[in-house]
Amino acid sequence: MNWLRQLFSRRRLYRELAEEIQAHLDEKVEELVREGMSREEAMQSARRGFGNLGLIEENSREVWRWPPVEDFFLDMRHGLRALRHNPVFTTVALLTIAIGIAANSAVFTVVNSVLLRPLNYPKADELLALHQIAPGAEGLTDFENGLLLSPSMYFTYAEHNRTFQSLGVWIAGTANVTGLAEPEQVRTVAVSDGVLQALSVSPAVGRWLLQTDQVPRGPERVMLSYGYWQRRFGESPAVVGRNIMIDSRPREIVGVMRKGFQFADADFDVIVPLAFDRANVILAGFGYHGIARLKPGATIAQANADLTRMLPIWMDSWSNGPGTNPHIYETWRITPMIRPLKQEVIGNVGELLWVVMGTIGVVMLIACANVTNLLLVRVEARQQELAVRTALGAGWTRIVRGLLVESVMLGLMGGVAGVGLAYAGVRLLKAVGPSNLPRLSEIAIDPRTLGFTFALSVLSGLLFGLIPALKYARPRAGSALQSLGRTISVSRERHRTRNLLVVGQVAMALVLLMSAGLMIRTFAALRKVDPGFADPQHLQAMRISIPDSLIPEPERVTRIQNAVLDKLAAIRGVKSAGFVSEMPMEGFDSNWDEIFAEDKVYADNVIAPLRLYKYISPGFLETAGTKLVAGREMTWSEVYGLRPVVMVSEDLARELWGTPSAAIGKHLREFTKEPWHEVVGVIQDVSENGVEEKAPEIVYWAPLKENLYGPGPAQAVRTVTFVIRSERVGTESFLNEVREAVWSVNSNLPLASVRTMQEVYDQSLARTSFTLVMLGIAGAMALALGIIGVYGVMSYTVSQRQREIGIRLALGAQGRDMLQMVLGQGTKLVLVGVGIGIGSAYGLTRLMRNLLFGVTAHDPLTFAAVSALLILVALLACYIPARRAILVDPVVTLRYE
Amino acid sequence: MHGYALVQHIKRTSQDLLQIEEGSLYPALQRLLKEEFVKAEWGVSSTNRRVRVYKLTAAGAKHLEREVSSFERMLEGITRVLAPGES
Repeated sequence: MNWLRQLFSRRRLYRELAEEIQAHLDEKVEELVREGMSREEAMQSARRGFGNLGLIEENSREVWRWPPVEDFFLDMRHGLRALRHNPVFTTVALLTIAIGIAANSAVFTVVNSVLLRPLNYPKADELLALHQIAPGAEGLTDFENGLLLSPSMYFTYAEHNRTFQSLGVWIAGTANVTGLAEPEQVRTVAVSDGVLQALSVSPAVGRWLLQTDQVPRGPERVMLSYGYWQRRFGESPAVVGRNIMIDSRPREIVGVMRKGFQFADADFDVIVPLAFDRANVILAGFGYHGIARLKPGATIAQANADLTRMLPIWMDSWSNGPGTNPHIYETWRITPMIRPLKQEVIGNVGELLWVVMGTIGVVMLIACANVTNLLLVRVEARQQELAVRTALGAGWTRIVRGLLVESVMLGLMGGVAGVGLAYAGVRLLKAVGPSNLPRLSEIAIDPRTLGFTFALSVLSGLLFGLIPALKYARPRAGSALQSLGRTISVSRERHRTRNLLVVGQVAMALVLLMSAGLMIRTFAALRKVDPGFADPQHLQAMRISIPDSLIPEPERVTRIQNAVLDKLAAIRGVKSAGFVSEMPMEGFDSNWDEIFAEDKVYADNVIAPLRLYKYISPGFLETAGTKLVAGREMTWSEVYGLRPVVMVSEDLARELWGTPSAAIGKHLREFTKEPWHEVVGVIQDVSENGVEEKAPEIVYWAPLKENLYGPGPAQAVRTVTFVIRSERVGTESFLNEVREAVWSVNSNLPLASVRTMQEVYDQSLARTSFTLVMLGIAGAMALALGIIGVYGVMSYTVSQRQREIGIRLALGAQGRDMLQMVLGQGTKLVLVGVGIGIGSAYGLTRLMRNLLFGVTAHDPLTFAAVSALLILVALLACYIPARRAILVDPVVTLRYE
Repeated sequence: MHGYALVQHIKRTSQDLLQIEEGSLYPALQRLLKEEFVKAEWGVSSTNRRVRVYKLTAAGAKHLEREVSSFERMLEGITRVLAPGES
């Protein structure tokens, strides 16, 4: 406990030491006086003989301490005092740092939550998405999703694999729930056996759906999501065993999943079993997402090889019906490309987030450069203080340490303020972020984010502290004391650092502005694309589904849809109404099939090109504002008469027959048993997957078609998007009238995805507009900081050269010359910065070329406009201080000096 | 003995052969205090000033003995090396 006593008695020790040394000096003085010296002389001589009083006391005191740590605390106290003494500097510096750190922390929070953190499942790195591609399948343009799995593939993979612990397939959809409150459309996920086992998240209540629930035509069971359980059943555990009406059929609830549980990125309300009927499964039907959990120790490469091995087994075990060749799929060249589930969830957002992170990082660099500049000016003003400290025996390492501790403290204080701002920033990001951003709900500040913020604070503190510290702490006490700040002009060397900083700032700001400019051009180009519908603000969309169990007869389904259209059209202010199986950009899973043209020859053992197909009602084109390029629309009498008529998209017409008008009167069909359908109309291309994607070739069928396989004469499309054109779209009274109109036809029909086409359109541009907003903010911050930097340096230079300018003016120089001199200096810096910036931007904007549309990464217009803007603003920032320079009154300046 | 007296004492007894750098005296004394080789008490000097008087402790005496003997051995070594006529 000795050291503890020492710690407490230390103050007394120090006081005694000082007293003792004073006594020593007094004694010596007395003796010298006795020897005949004057008291004054004696005092000087005694001091000289004793040596550096402060240093000796310091060294004596140090015996009692643990110097490294205590010096550190001392430096901190000193630093805090220094910061407090200069509130303007401290506020400006802190604000700059805090905003910079907040922006970085907020974006890092998103990057961390979306890209870095593992998915929310146990041992999530073992989870895989069974992705496969089929480069030989002509016309299958939907390559982003690749080739999904068919039920027969699932059976083969599940039963013959050697590399997976468990494997299953799932598909998202919707269903109508009735009997609880108003009829409601809920989001469903249908799963095969193996999916829940692979994800291995235990239920909150009850049990999983098991293999015994997967029996076709067996007892129907269902699981609920935590959110749906909360919303509709008030978290009552007694819900297990109860029945719920889904698509007008009772299903027994067996369990509730845990809070926050999702299928990959699909949110859902209920989970139902797929219950494939093995007896009716064929090779085709590629509509299901495959998911699997890898055996421990197995690799993705082994898993890919495993699937490749099983593909021939699949073709040998199943068929597409009598007379078909199962090995026809060899021409598709199906290739497994298994990906980690996380990659599947994240999709292509990774690149976007890294670009945003990078630009925000550059903003931080510019902010650091600004603070460095501030610190340089401040350290210069503190030259004398530092010189005094050197004279008092402080080593230069000690001074450097002191300055660094001070700047790191500044960084940390900025960091603390930054974390507070970052919380607000994250909320803002979640608000402006595209709502289709994967894992949006998981975004939160966690220990890793805080660690990142801490590291960033310390690093930036070191970064902007190091240059001033190293430049000014070198031992040159004599010169600084002598000059006492009365230099005529600042040394060239001091200017160099500052100039380099300005050049760097201008260059970095240019790069950021360039990327923001390219995004603006991209956005403009996207807005110019005709999406295939007009005036989306006045176009109301909603999904209505009529399940089998509610209305079994297909023709009645179409009649009901037709009746709904008539009711809708009768609403006050409605111009027209129509429906389609899905509107462009709605993002529902697409339907593809082989399409044969009558006048084309198809090889026997090759699958004909796959085409996207949709169903449209008469009157839809006029309502949506989609143009008819040639021919005419189908009529209701043709629909009910099951007349073999069809419409095609313009690009399909051109591909098959050269021109749209040549397509009219030609014939095509989907199945060989089907009669040939006559093409009666050609419809303009629509941006099915968003305006940045190429419009796919589309076949438009009538909503009611002849039934070739099942019982009954016809089959109808049961889930469609209704669109209504009216000036009243968006008002609550309008929506109420729409609901009443639908329910006056059938009160069991829920309305889902009620939104305007404007919302759908904006949503599909969300990724681009998010990038635009983020890069715009980064660019604006960079521009502001860069301009402040230029302005600061120019003002400082002018104030330093005031005396020189005064002398020059006194000697007869003209104000204009002075203006030119100062402006010339500024221009040189800015131009060098712009030059370097253009060079760097040329290399760096290439990194974002996948985010661009309709503009190259080296778009000369953007480069020119942004450079011109930056030069102009920067020159203005130079001009203001330069103006001040020529207003200098030589007499005043010289007298003042 | 207090600090100044110590300086004077060393100077006198060594007949000006040894002069202590006053600046290094106090850090050295503090180190001795910390190791508890000496203890300090406030007293009054011959010139009637309040001064701190240092006294050797038992541990200090033992340490001194060791240091002296090791110093003597070193001195002996030096003397032998420097002694003429043995090369």
